[in-house]
Order: sequence, then structure tokens, then C-alpha cells
Amino acid sequence: MASEKAKALLNWLDERFPVTKLWTSQLTEYYVPKNFNFLYFFGSLAILVLVNQILTGIFLTMHYKPSAELAFDSVEYIMRDVDYGWLLRYMHSTGASMFFIVIYVHMFRAIFYGSFKKPRELIWLFGMTLFLLLMAEAFMGYLLPWGQMSYWGAQVIISLFGAIPVIGEDLAIWVRGDYVVADATLNRFFALHVVGIPLAILILVVFHLVALRTTGSSNPDGIEIKKQKAENGVPIDGIPFHPYYTVKDLYAAVIFLIVCSIVIFYMPEVGGYFLEHPNFEPANPAATPEHIQPVWYFTPFYSVLRAIPNKLGGVMAMGASIVLLFLLPWLDRSPVKSIRYRGGIFKIALALFVVSFFGLGILGTKPVTPTATAFARLFTIIYFAFLLLMPFYPSFEKTKPVPERLAEPVIPLSKREGKHWRMVERGVEAVRTSAFYRNVKARLEAVGAHPYYQNVKERLSAVTGWLKTYGSK
Amino acid sequence: MKTAFGIALLLFSFAASAVDPVKPLLDADVDIFDTDSVRRGAGFFANYCMGCHSAKQIRYSRIAKDLELSEDTMRREFMFGNVKIHDYLETAMSKEDGENAFGVAPPDLSLVVRAKGGDWVYSYLKGFYTDPKRPFGVNNLVSPDVAMPNVLWELQGTQEPVIKKINGADAVIDVRLVKKGEMPPKEFDQALTDIVNFLAYVSEPSKLQRLPLGKYVILFLVVLAVIMYRLKKEYWKNIH
Repeated sequence: MASEKAKALLNWLDERFPVTKLWTSQLTEYYVPKNFNFLYFFGSLAILVLVNQILTGIFLTMHYKPSAELAFDSVEYIMRDVDYGWLLRYMHSTGASMFFIVIYVHMFRAIFYGSFKKPRELIWLFGMTLFLLLMAEAFMGYLLPWGQMSYWGAQVIISLFGAIPVIGEDLAIWVRGDYVVADATLNRFFALHVVGIPLAILILVVFHLVALRTTGSSNPDGIEIKKQKAENGVPIDGIPFHPYYTVKDLYAAVIFLIVCSIVIFYMPEVGGYFLEHPNFEPANPAATPEHIQPVWYFTPFYSVLRAIPNKLGGVMAMGASIVLLFLLPWLDRSPVKSIRYRGGIFKIALALFVVSFFGLGILGTKPVTPTATAFARLFTIIYFAFLLLMPFYPSFEKTKPVPERLAEPVIPLSKREGKHWRMVERGVEAVRTSAFYRNVKARLEAVGAHPYYQNVKERLSAVTGWLKTYGSK
Repeated sequence: MKTAFGIALLLFSFAASAVDPVKPLLDADVDIFDTDSVRRGAGFFANYCMGCHSAKQIRYSRIAKDLELSEDTMRREFMFGNVKIHDYLETAMSKEDGENAFGVAPPDLSLVVRAKGGDWVYSYLKGFYTDPKRPFGVNNLVSPDVAMPNVLWELQGTQEPVIKKINGADAVIDVRLVKKGEMPPKEFDQALTDIVNFLAYVSEPSKLQRLPLGKYVILFLVVLAVIMYRLKKEYWKNIH
């Protein structure tokens, strides 16, 4: 009876809006490669963080006051007098840093498995634009608490516009709305942070996803699953996004939330990286802090800026370090996508690139010393060399034949080639045969056999069984 | 190999830059869950600090609630002058008076522990020494040429600088007690700990809620994770 009514309602809706069509085309009949590994969680995690930022942000704006006089105190008011205001604020501040962690891993995944390559260039371009918008969003959001680091960080970064010849100084004044960072700057940054940029981000997320739905997801093997179809037209190596990846992503989301909760409840400042200590002092235009540094997620690019002795040159290098990433689909000329089938030269180059990215990030949080600058320059050179030499890797690279069908999500150790993997294998074997490991394993097995544990396990199976039957209705 | 070498060099360069001639900060051993200590700290704060400093981000009523003190006790021990229970901890000293007396208005202390750390506040309060060149006759080891007088000298006694020649110039590297105050050194250290604990509490009163709540949220999420994992296994058992 109830289901008939539901069906009638669905029909009524379908005649007016493609509910069923959207549901099937986007979820239950949208076929995704079946061998996604954990690197593929980060796209859906980014959506989760975005939703968190929007929801907590809405509640924060209900109590926040975007004025130079009141901003700092209103944040403390949220932290003290608003019920669970501290939780909202920490969810928002932790979310900001987690957003960058998630996006950096997401981008790394694309480079690792060549996801940006033909035919997915547009997905990458939308994604890079999203990354730029996210940086703008974070930068403007960081001014809002109106602490010392908010103020002076914004002062330093906006003054970079001044390095542009001829129009630079006027441009900087136009951005600030004043000769220094002031009330006018705070107000416009607030407007952009809560309305302007979030709207642009949402639209681009839609573009990013529509483009992804058009080409379909890539995979750790960099194979097009659409090339191998069964008689019914379904890719042989594809599985429906829902329920398979919805349940898998839900599991990943809960693990991610556990990590976030540890930060939110036990270490919201993360040693002064997520929330910087000087930012607990109200902005004071008369007192420059000893050491001005951006928040950690900007430090790799900030290091590139500082590595160049000339101000204009530094700004251009920083810009180039991001612009070049946009061009990745055209810089990378390799015939294979995934790192699994690429040659040693690319693997080494990518490893150096990752090390220099981390190196630049660490250096950006430290004061300038001659040694630090020397390293920042070295890492900057590696960073650019990795990207600019990309078109030439294929000439030196011996790629491996790409299989027709998908391999495992994570290649087992025994199937990996190379001396270093044999070493890892021997290491794992040594641990497995050690008395300690066997001891722990025996104890765990004893716990597993305990009736109490069996009881819990049965109850859990009942819960999941119920969820599955309920879910498939 | 080159990468490993680079990382080693990088780490080494940081380790080398960490060497600092200044005496490291003392360990304040902050514990805002030590309610007795925080209460005593509130008393010291009201008697010794609030003449000049405010803690304008917190209300008396919040302190009363968190430290489980009745309004009567609050009035008797902490609330001086014509203040109401829901008022913020404002100082009676105006900004202008502060500037006239010290050259700089005494800062608000609501967030001093979050900005500078409990160890810094503790070491700072313990770091005053006699210096006849300064307007109030004292200088500070942690914050040289600070405008603040040593308001706790009656309790602490008098400290003198320990001077050492570094690169040809006299530098104060430590302080030592030369005349005892009303409190024996151990008792005085406890009083400082109390003040720092109170200021740490004032810096983030929600910490009293945040830390106890965390374990329940995480426990819930862990149970949910187990269920989600098994649900995923259940759905995926036919996919090879």
C-alpha cells in the first residue's frame, strides 16, 4: 500500500522533474572502475569538507561581526558565549586545513595515475580553478578573525600586487580599499568569503562533476573501462557507483571524521599550524610581529616567492608555480597514464617533486636564513624542472605494456618488480616470522574465538544485514 | 639517495638553527582541570592583576559556573567595586591612565596563554630582577625593558640578575633570589602556577567542555566505522 503510494508520488515527480533518470544515470547505472584504492576517497571527502565549511560557516556568520572594531571580540564571543560556538569554530578552522590536505592528496592522485590526461583535461582545468578559488577563499577567511597574523599576513600578500609594474600600487589599494589593510578590507573579504567565492566554488564543483560523469572516472591502471563492454553495454570492469562506492566512501568518511575529531577535540591548534599562536592577539597596525608567515597550506608557494631575490621575479615565480599545474595535461606527453606502467625516470622525477613540495612547505614556516634560502632555491628548481621537463620524459622513458583489463586496487608485494620491493618483502617476512608478531597474532585469535566477541560480531552482522535490506529498498 | 641526503641536510640545518643563547622557558605544568588551583589563581588575579589588566572576554558568571562558586563567594573573593555577575572582567584603570602611568596601556590578558603559552607567562612572572635604570627599578629576563613593575615582589622577594659576558657585552642570562619575600620559594612557585592555570582557563574556558566530550564523539564514530566497514564488506563480497 505504502509502496504503491510512493510509486504514484515518484511518477508524479518524474513527469515534472527527472528524479528517476538522475538517480539511475548518476548513481545506480553510472559505472565506475572496480579497482579504486584509498587515493580515490579524496574527491568525495572534499565534498564532505565543503558541506561542513558551508554549514558551520552559516552558523558562524550569525554571530560574527565583520568590522575592525568588533571582529576579534566577536570570534571570542563565539568561542565562549555561543552554545557550542567553540565546536562550530573549530570544525570550520580544522575543516579549512583538512580541505587543503584532502585537495593536495586528490591532486597528487591525478598526477600519480595520470587522471588529467586525455580525455579528462577539462576535469583537471575545472579542478585547478577550484584549487585557485579555494586558496582565495582560505586567504580571505583567514583575515576575518582579525588577529595579528590575519592582519599582517594579508598586509604582506596584498602588498605583492605592488610588485606589478605601473599599475601595481593602485591595484593593491583597489584590492584593500585603503592604504593599509583596514576595516574596508575586512568588509569586502567577508563579502567575498561568505557569498562570492563559495558560489563560484559550487558552480565549478558542478562543472567538475558533470565533466567527470561525461568521461567517466579513470583508475589506477589508467585504462578506459568503456573499451571492454559486455553484451548488455555495461563495462565489464565497471560497477555501479551506488551502492558500491557510496558504502565504501561512507566508510572512508567515518574514518576521516575520526581523524578530524581528534584534531577538533584534542589539538585544534595543531601546534600552531592550523591556528597560529600570534593570531590570538588582536590585529595591531602599529606593531609588526617578529616573524610573519602564512598558514601552512600556502607555505610551499610562499617559499617559491621568497626563494627569488627580486620581488617582481618572486611574484612571477609563485604565479608560474601554479599556472604550470594548469598546463599539466599538455606538458605530459607520455603515452601511458598510470605510474604503474611508466618508466623509472618519471618515478624518480615525481618522488623528487613531492620531496621538494614538502621541503618548500616546511621552509615556508621558518624564518629566512642563508641555508634555508639555499634549500628553498634548490627545491624551487626541482619543482619547476619536474613540470618543464615533462614533455621530454617519454624520449628517455621505457614504459611497460598496459593491460586490457584492470589490475588490483593495490598491487600485491609479490607481483611488484624491482630490487627495493624484494627488500620490503624480506622485511615484511622477517616481521611475520618474529616471535612478537606470532605472539600478538595468537592473542588476537584467542580474543576472536571468545564467545563474547562472537556475540558482538553476530549482532553487528544483524545490523549490517538490516542496513543492506533497508538500503536496497 | 640524493633525496635522503637532502632531507638529512635539511633536518641538520634546522637543528643547528635551533641553538639559542637565551635561557629556555621554565615549565609551567599547566592543568586547568585542577579546579582548586584555578580558583586560587582567580583570587590572585583579582587581587594583584585586575588593578591594571582586564580579561574582558570572560564574564564573572562564567567563572562562577565553571569553578562551581556561588555568587556570594564571587562577591566576597573576586568581584570588587560596583560590578554585576554577568559583567566581563574589566579593569578599573582607564586606557589613558595606563598610558600615563606606564607609557603603554596594560594589555588585556584574556588570551595571553593562547598567544604566548603558559610557560612564557610563568617564566615572565618569575623573571623580574632589580635594575635601577628602569622606571620601576625592575627589569625582566623574558621580556627585556618591559614597562610592568613586579607586582608580586612582596610575595616573591627580591631577585638579582646573573650577568655573563657574551661577545664582549654584559648579558643577563639568569636571575637569583637574594631576599626572601612573604612566601617561601616553593609556595611562590605554586602561586605562579595557580595564576597561569587561571589564565590558561580564561584563554579557553570551552576546553573544560571540549576535552571531556571528545572521547564520546570518537567512540561513537569508531562504532560507526566498524558497522560501515562490515556494511562495505557485505556489499562488496561478490566483486572480484
